[in-house]
Amino acid sequence: MYYIDPHLHMVSRTTDDYETLAKMGCVAISEPAFWAGFDRGSAESFRDYFRQLTEVEPKRAAQYGIQHFTWLCINAKEAENVELSREVLKVIPEFLDCPNVLGIGEIGLNKNTRNEAIIFQEHMELAIAYEQQVLIHTPHLEDKYQGTRMILDMLGKHDIDRTRVLVDHVEEHTVGPVLEAGYWAGMTLYPVTKCTPARAVDIIERHGSDRLCVNSAGDWGPSKPTAVPDLVLEMRRRGHSESLIRKIVFDNPRQFFSQSKNFVLADPESRVGI
Amino acid sequence: MNSNQILDREFLEIRAKILEVAAALDRIQRAEGDVSSDSRMQLVADAITVIGTEQADAIRAEKIQLLFSREYDTKWLEGFEIASRT
Repeated sequence: MYYIDPHLHMVSRTTDDYETLAKMGCVAISEPAFWAGFDRGSAESFRDYFRQLTEVEPKRAAQYGIQHFTWLCINAKEAENVELSREVLKVIPEFLDCPNVLGIGEIGLNKNTRNEAIIFQEHMELAIAYEQQVLIHTPHLEDKYQGTRMILDMLGKHDIDRTRVLVDHVEEHTVGPVLEAGYWAGMTLYPVTKCTPARAVDIIERHGSDRLCVNSAGDWGPSKPTAVPDLVLEMRRRGHSESLIRKIVFDNPRQFFSQSKNFVLADPESRVGI
Repeated sequence: MNSNQILDREFLEIRAKILEVAAALDRIQRAEGDVSSDSRMQLVADAITVIGTEQADAIRAEKIQLLFSREYDTKWLEGFEIASRT
């Protein structure tokens, strides 16, 4: 089955992973800007990172017939540095017309601090000013519930089209408020700290398949870039239809991304020459 | 899948996961030191109680998630003293 991984940090992965993803049916990925594992020292570091996301990764992915899309921001962790964040926010518009940029992301909260909230709102203003879609990171573990509710509070104060916003890393206790508020929701298949494939399928069975995506969020930490096919297998084992599985792993991300003018997905059935 | 089929499929996995939790708690107890007053141990005990309690609405996982979550303060924005950016 063809699928799209809507959240995968390929700058942290090897080229071998692109090959494995292609063999497993991945036809497109979207890569939000994120924390590199250390705090960067200047806005110029981010300019280089954005060049990597818009110039290097699309070429690396294309060698395996995978389309690469991306989202730009300063992540929630480094957003604690307000001065640096504001410099990075000035750089972002230079890249918004690059052909693989889908919007602003992954913005959000990390430890639910005042500075993170300030920069989250400034990212939202940028997204609104440039009519960009938004991809939102929600905090980890014990901070997730509080942080998700704070994000929904802040989003509710902006005049935005909620169907152009995806709130990511939802779990059992946060998926309901996100979907009920009219946003898209993403579930991340992480071995220990987020959803397992089985629990993600439980959430689909409980909340339905509309506005719900699933991703691996593979990065430099413990993660599995091929986690989406694990979910496909779990759905098949439970007897779900191929059409429902396809909706979750292909149709839904395609529908969400299609609201970005830069999202042009080649028909997987008509690809030749890879 | 009906409940019997799910139980058939999941029973050994459930058994294995419960054993993992039991063994981890044994490991903590056998080790030097005392964590009985550590609030995380109470969270674990409360979570185990949720697992073992019949739930009319089948939301054990959601309840455990909330158990392990910080409280949400609806007035958080006032505490931050930042202007609403609408």
